[in-house]
Amino acid sequence: MADLDMGVATPTGTLPTFRTRNLTKVYRTGDVEVHALRGVDLDIGESEIVALLGPSGSGKSSLLNIIGGLDTPSDGEVFFRDLNLTTLSAAGLTRYRRDNVGFVFQFYNLIPSLTARENVELVTELAKNPMRPEEALDLVDLSNRLDHFPAQLSGGEQQRVAIARAVAKRPKVLLCDEPTGALDSETGVLVLEVIERVNRELGTTCALITHNASIAAMGDRIVRFFDGQIASDVRNASRRPPREIEW
Amino acid sequence: MLDRKMLRDLRRLWSQVLAIALVMASGIAVFVMALTTMRNLEETRDAYYERYRFPDVFAHVKRAPESLVARLAAIPGVNAVAPRVVVDVNLDVPGMSEPASARLVSLPRRGAPLLNDLFLQVGRLPAPRAPDEMVAAAAFAEAHALQTGDAIGAIINGRKRTLTMVGIAQSPEFLYTIPPGTLMPDNRHFGILWLGHDALASAYDLSGAFNDVSLSVQRGVPVDDVIAAVDRLLAPYGGIGAYARKYQTSDFFLSGEIDELKLMARSIPAIFLAVAAFLLNIVVSRLIATEREQVGLLKAVGYGSTAVGLHYLKLVFVVVLVATVVGSAVGTYLAGVMTNIYGEFFDFPLLLKQVHGAVLSLAITVGVVAGLVGGVTAVWRAVQLPPAEAMRSPAPTAYYKGWFDFLGIARLLRAPGRMVIRHLTRWPFRSALTSLGIAMAVALLVSALHWLDSIEMLIEVQFERQARQDITLTFVEPLSASAMTDVAALPGVLAVEPYRAVPTMLRAGHRSRREAIIGLRAVNDLSRVLDTNLRPIVLPKQGLVLSSTLAEALAVSAGDIVSVEVLEARRTRADVRVAEVIESYVGAPAYMEIATLNALLREGPQISGANLIVDGFKIDALYDRIKTTPMIAGTALLSEAVRPLRETLAETITIMVTFYVGFASVIAFGVVYNSARISLSERARVGCDAGVGFLAR
Repeated sequence: MADLDMGVATPTGTLPTFRTRNLTKVYRTGDVEVHALRGVDLDIGESEIVALLGPSGSGKSSLLNIIGGLDTPSDGEVFFRDLNLTTLSAAGLTRYRRDNVGFVFQFYNLIPSLTARENVELVTELAKNPMRPEEALDLVDLSNRLDHFPAQLSGGEQQRVAIARAVAKRPKVLLCDEPTGALDSETGVLVLEVIERVNRELGTTCALITHNASIAAMGDRIVRFFDGQIASDVRNASRRPPREIEW
Repeated sequence: MLDRKMLRDLRRLWSQVLAIALVMASGIAVFVMALTTMRNLEETRDAYYERYRFPDVFAHVKRAPESLVARLAAIPGVNAVAPRVVVDVNLDVPGMSEPASARLVSLPRRGAPLLNDLFLQVGRLPAPRAPDEMVAAAAFAEAHALQTGDAIGAIINGRKRTLTMVGIAQSPEFLYTIPPGTLMPDNRHFGILWLGHDALASAYDLSGAFNDVSLSVQRGVPVDDVIAAVDRLLAPYGGIGAYARKYQTSDFFLSGEIDELKLMARSIPAIFLAVAAFLLNIVVSRLIATEREQVGLLKAVGYGSTAVGLHYLKLVFVVVLVATVVGSAVGTYLAGVMTNIYGEFFDFPLLLKQVHGAVLSLAITVGVVAGLVGGVTAVWRAVQLPPAEAMRSPAPTAYYKGWFDFLGIARLLRAPGRMVIRHLTRWPFRSALTSLGIAMAVALLVSALHWLDSIEMLIEVQFERQARQDITLTFVEPLSASAMTDVAALPGVLAVEPYRAVPTMLRAGHRSRREAIIGLRAVNDLSRVLDTNLRPIVLPKQGLVLSSTLAEALAVSAGDIVSVEVLEARRTRADVRVAEVIESYVGAPAYMEIATLNALLREGPQISGANLIVDGFKIDALYDRIKTTPMIAGTALLSEAVRPLRETLAETITIMVTFYVGFASVIAFGVVYNSARISLSERARVGCDAGVGFLAR
């Protein structure tokens, strides 16, 4: 993994990748209503890295699920470029996810019965213009682990496979839910470097959930959530390279 | 790539998948076995009946002139008429002290019989002018190892004649022969012999006449109409009522077996398939529950619900595939074994054994349906799982305090016991079905082993409580009651009881049944009538005593009226009240007090035969006398009847019990093994249990 420490660009497109208006999400369990999102308005620009920061239950995961097409809002609208996600059927959302979105989860979510290469193939088989799985795994510096099963990989390696799987279809957006949450800081840095590199080299828009303020420093913007609302939205003048981040 | 995942899932779950596939395969095997055997039997029967011209209508008559044949043939719808002479005689088989009996059947003067043609296995038919030549039925010849040229003594109308066997044959009307008065084939003591027509006719004063006739009926013509016409023509000559194929002894038993196979094909596989469907359901449900996050992931990266659903359904189809292939192969093999057993039992000269495409495709359909029933609900749950699940780890299963907490039972148990009970009550339906699955296996086991006991019970009731005589004599025709004195005077006879047997048609409403009414003394010591508690009863002075089987067939109970039509002599009709319903494990008999029965017949005191207790030391002398007494047409040796009964039943039942025990084991193994694996996987925190100090005791 070379050429990562090449300074920071701040690419900002003219048409926002995501636009949410009055986005509201209410979960009902029995008699209890939980307001996860209370009218969120947020724009995420082309090729931006946006760090979503906030305590548990502040609404950041709900937002990520909705813009990723995994969940639907209770109220409000969400656009991907000019596509109104709130009008899509379940099949439409499946197609949207397949064509546009790469996910990275906190617990990697690899299929344990498939090798690293096969986990990536799982996605490339569906995509319109994918990388070769080997190419994607090379991007995360795992060319020598192609035929290993998840159980034979370390946590950091598993997460890098997950990132390779997410980027192999050349998605427009990469949505990461606490990608370093289960990793020690040294391994975490490697993972963040990969995300940063994908953003830089492929121009992929990234939304990155984290609990950790120092990690948020690698974003072009830092959006803080509190109680289902945006508490602050700060543009980060200089993105910090992951290598310089410590936690 | 999903297929590769499925293959690896299969490799991981192979033992559970195999256990389910074996349960399902067992069901399919029984299904294929029963249906294939049934088809084989039906086709063999039909081919045999057609090729050897099995008749549609049968009738016995006292003595009808041959001129009547043309009138019988003129009945609308009748194809062919075959008159003949049929008599029962005693035999004297060289090297056998006890008498055997035989049914002598006449062959036409020229050519092959028009109906009931013979399949000649060995030798030739009797020559027209050789009255002492005969052809023996294969089963009898085999039982005595007879070769062509061997001789047998027969008491034909009082005169001992020596018959020389010139051939061995089989006929469609004697696929299954039981000696009069017994339950099972006894090929050593009862056989069929075919003689030339003139030899028999002249001996019984039936020259130019016949006492038995069979008819074939054109397709589409109602057999009942023909029977009515035959009855009208034969009545003046002592006809005792024509009857259709379904009442013919051999066909009755053969059809009974085929019906039993049909029932088996319907009931037993259902148990297996239900259990297999249930096991599939819990295993696939469990698989999907453990792979919840993977399902979410697949959906998150863009797999649609259909693709995910199909992925898990393929697993179900692998089970179905293995089960149908194994089940069909095993079933087909077993069908071959069963068909051979039946072939031997019924003495088919030809045996059509085939693989029936229709049966196999039906088996596949049944397997697929069971698989879908079991798999679809589980897979549906996977399809319904929202993709956002992938983001979250599953919440712990919601347990609640239940009745055992409120009843205070929980306090009596320690934590591991509480875990077990909460687990059982958390999924009461699944717990119940698991128990039900094991219960099915036990039920199968018990019912299979129960057969062995019920056979012993049957033999005990039949031969120790009910028919306690050593010998049953049947007279050629009813004799005056004074014949009892002669019978009592036979050597070695210690006790004698008379009986009267009359062929009748019993009717109640639109139901009817052809059955002989047995007339006995009110109190008997030998042939006893047992009530439903198996205690001997005193036959009432008035009314009819019906076995429960017969009462059921006629849908009557005590107090109801049954219309009795006597099928011999004066053909009297009378309405008789059912006095009592009793138990009988064999056949469907009807009884009356003998004097009441004779009054119904408008006859004086007459008897059809006698039941005897004999002195074992004088038995040979008795046998010698019986062999030479012309009025005795048949001798049933009950002590001799038990042995072939046990042998025949032991053979078939041992095979069936082995099948069933094997199948029950498969079910029990499949259910227990899968439940254990599921429980283990649900409590993968056993490690945690051990960690906090529970020892793996």
